[in-house]
Amino acid sequence: MTLAVAKLRPGRLRLRRRHPAAVVASAGFLVVVALAGLLAPLLAPHDPDTTSLLNSLAPPGTEGHLLGTDSTGRDVLSRVMYGARLSLLAPLGVVALSLVLGTALGLLAARAGGWADAVISRGMDVVFAFPGLLLAILASAVTGPGLTAPVCALAVAYTPFIGRIVRSAAVQEGARPYLEASRVLGYGEVSVTLRHLLPNILPVLVAQSALAFGYALVDLASLSYLGLGVRPPAADWGSMISQAQSAILQGSPWSGLVPGVAVLLTVIAVNVLGGHLGGTIARKQDT
Amino acid sequence: MRSFAVHCGRRVLGAAATVLVASAAVYGSLRLMPGDPVLAVSGASRLSPDQIEALRQRYGLDQGVVTGYLDWLGHALRLDLGTSLSFQTEVGTLVSARLGVSGLLIAYAAILALVLGLGTALVSAVRGGLADRIATAAAAVATATPSFVAAIILLAVFAVGLGWFPATGAGSGFADRLWHLTLPAVAMAIAVFGVLARVGHAALRAELDREHVEAARGRGVGGAALIARHVVRNALAPLVTVIGVMVASLFVGTAVVETAFGLDGVGSLLITAVSRRDFPVVQGIALIAVLLFVVVNTVVDLVLPLLDPRTARGVKA
Amino acid sequence: MKVLEKRAKDTTDGTAADALDIRGLGLSLGPVPLLADVTVRVARGETVGLVGESGSGKSLTARSALGMLPRGARATGRVTVAGRDVLGAGRAALRDVRRHRAAMVFQDPRSAINPVRRVGDHLTEGLRARGVPAKAARSRAADLLAQVGIRDPRGALRRYPHEFSGGMLQRVMIAGALAAEPDLLLADEPTTALDVTTQAEVVGLLRRLQAERGTGMLFVTHDLDLAAAICDRIYVMYAGRIVEEAPGAALFAEPAHPYTRALLEASPSLHGRAEIRAIKGAPRALAEAPSGCAFRDRCPRAVEECAAGVPETRSHGLSAVACLRPGKEAA
Repeated sequence: MTLAVAKLRPGRLRLRRRHPAAVVASAGFLVVVALAGLLAPLLAPHDPDTTSLLNSLAPPGTEGHLLGTDSTGRDVLSRVMYGARLSLLAPLGVVALSLVLGTALGLLAARAGGWADAVISRGMDVVFAFPGLLLAILASAVTGPGLTAPVCALAVAYTPFIGRIVRSAAVQEGARPYLEASRVLGYGEVSVTLRHLLPNILPVLVAQSALAFGYALVDLASLSYLGLGVRPPAADWGSMISQAQSAILQGSPWSGLVPGVAVLLTVIAVNVLGGHLGGTIARKQDT
Repeated sequence: MRSFAVHCGRRVLGAAATVLVASAAVYGSLRLMPGDPVLAVSGASRLSPDQIEALRQRYGLDQGVVTGYLDWLGHALRLDLGTSLSFQTEVGTLVSARLGVSGLLIAYAAILALVLGLGTALVSAVRGGLADRIATAAAAVATATPSFVAAIILLAVFAVGLGWFPATGAGSGFADRLWHLTLPAVAMAIAVFGVLARVGHAALRAELDREHVEAARGRGVGGAALIARHVVRNALAPLVTVIGVMVASLFVGTAVVETAFGLDGVGSLLITAVSRRDFPVVQGIALIAVLLFVVVNTVVDLVLPLLDPRTARGVKA
Repeated sequence: MKVLEKRAKDTTDGTAADALDIRGLGLSLGPVPLLADVTVRVARGETVGLVGESGSGKSLTARSALGMLPRGARATGRVTVAGRDVLGAGRAALRDVRRHRAAMVFQDPRSAINPVRRVGDHLTEGLRARGVPAKAARSRAADLLAQVGIRDPRGALRRYPHEFSGGMLQRVMIAGALAAEPDLLLADEPTTALDVTTQAEVVGLLRRLQAERGTGMLFVTHDLDLAAAICDRIYVMYAGRIVEEAPGAALFAEPAHPYTRALLEASPSLHGRAEIRAIKGAPRALAEAPSGCAFRDRCPRAVEECAAGVPETRSHGLSAVACLRPGKEAA
């Protein structure tokens, strides 16, 4: 939502011309997917949960079912639109939690230094070495199916993405003269941090967040595919693919391929956008 | 040399500490499972209170978390991971029976990803131009491809559509098994291939631009010798770090891919155990995973100073 | 007929040819000119200085001797090393020049020597490529290290670059350059990255080895005092052109080009010059230089005619100078 609004600001529009086509296409695709999920109740041609056994496994292009139907006759397009909600919201939650945790831990480590820094940094290194999906699976083993525990586990798993960047940036920026100057001028630690540091590392944070969002989306979709994520009747793209598995083996792959391609394109778009942001920032910092 | 020994010692100690903390976290979190795990699993089979009490004792649930953990760890150190609640079999037996399939799958996928990923990186970094652009785009798409999406696409196209490969099962005999594991290995390798191609490209590109490469060229070193001794050799250190992370992620990838292709391996066992809340199996596999990651990371840490002598000194300083 | 044949043979052998002969070298990268009409000659056994500020094109000129041009650059003119054409050379001929004829000592040994390979590998790489057996190459490498003054040369072969100080590593690079037994040594600011105390040692070492072997040396530096002290002849570069050529001592005593004079006045000196005067304005690259004489916008002696065209090189005292009004300021 905020993304869509930001794109309409005149300043952004002017900038857009200088972005590569792939970046523009990615941003556009993400806006479309977000809007489709947001406005699913208005836009979806069918109720996503209405089954019709007479009309099961219809191929794409069937009258009334643009992307066909699944093995119980539910409209695939409508389900993909509704599925976008959980598929995007859950990783968004992961990123939001990681940002809070990572920023707090990173700043704490950089500011406290010494012993606390060593423990936090080493801890983040260890967590970084563990694949997020494993943590999510174990979390789901503790609480049973559902998204809450995996989202929390993934937030922990992706905290180092944010925390390490924030820490090293804070250590670097902390050594710069202007921060020293602000301190001498009598601004408090927190005020200095908020005024100078966060705005300076914000672009890097955005790029890292995009990366974490892509990974979290894949992890959560994998979890749902494994039957450990969303609980029916709720559905995301992963659980749709899981339900389509037997249809695929019977030669009707569409109800699985459509959400599969949705995952794939979304992750590509997020990566392209994140990479572009990261690259632009790197170039700016070089000069 | 002394600094290297110190480096090794510190790394091994650090690894042991990590295993201890991580295994405690695994054990502790599963003990926090709401409800009684024994009842959750065996509720339907109507055990007598005596039997339930015996099970609780067997799994250390009658003890506190700390003593329970130490007890469990003690058994685990003697390679006794306990007994599965749902399979009524030793966890060690369950896992080792499936290790062959999963191990082969991981090795197969790792070889595919390494050879193709690093090969692509090398060609695109050295050649540049059109090959570079194609490789970059392919790597971007591959990186973003989740293994289960790759799995269903491969299933739909090569197993069901064209019928070139089997859709399920692990086959018997080495050749047949390789044939059965080809699609799963490809599904697992795709994302890793993408990452290696991208990271490899960046690492090689960075080395190609270094002055010592230019200086070597100025000494008349050229062609394959220049690339091998002054570019690839120098890019190995950053690459090995990434390769370590990738191998670890392949282990988790087996959970998804084995489920997708109906393979009876450690990964699919983990998923079955999680969905049945068979906590001794989950704990056992989690412990193995922790061990694997820590071992891989430690090996990487130990290999790095051999690849880049400056790292060893950095540790000492 | 016979005489002609013999002379032709001499030039290809390189025995009679200068170590380095750059004639009218022009270099441009797309529309951007980098060097114009650069002529530099280094005879065998001669030490020649190439002096200028950063961006003047002195490193580009030195690197052109190895055929190391910026990617996509277009070159005109002629560069020969020991009689061998470099600019028009094919792959094999260029490799021959780089392996046997010319070797370069770079400014910063830390970045110019592969940090992850042993010093021994660095030194023997060239020897092995020429077909010297491994064992002979190692003992030759140890000899070279001893010659450049490294203690325990056998042990040093097994060590890594980061285990050496900057000065010692620069000696290693010099040893590596001499391993090729080149006719021409290119020293590109070889002391700039070093401590002041080691600078003199490295310069002395270069001079001694070059004199012993009769190698021609092109010494690239921004330090005119240093160049004047060690070089037989000096070329001064400004904005991609040679503006003055003179014997080392003469240049120091009587600089002909206003830029040379300004350079001397800008450097703190051991020779007791009264005051240090900065050159006004910033140094220019060829692409951004004014028309006519490139120095005229910073020159205290510039007159209207200086804008008319690039000044012809003329003789002034012992110098060859590209200036319409060379000589003393008081003129």
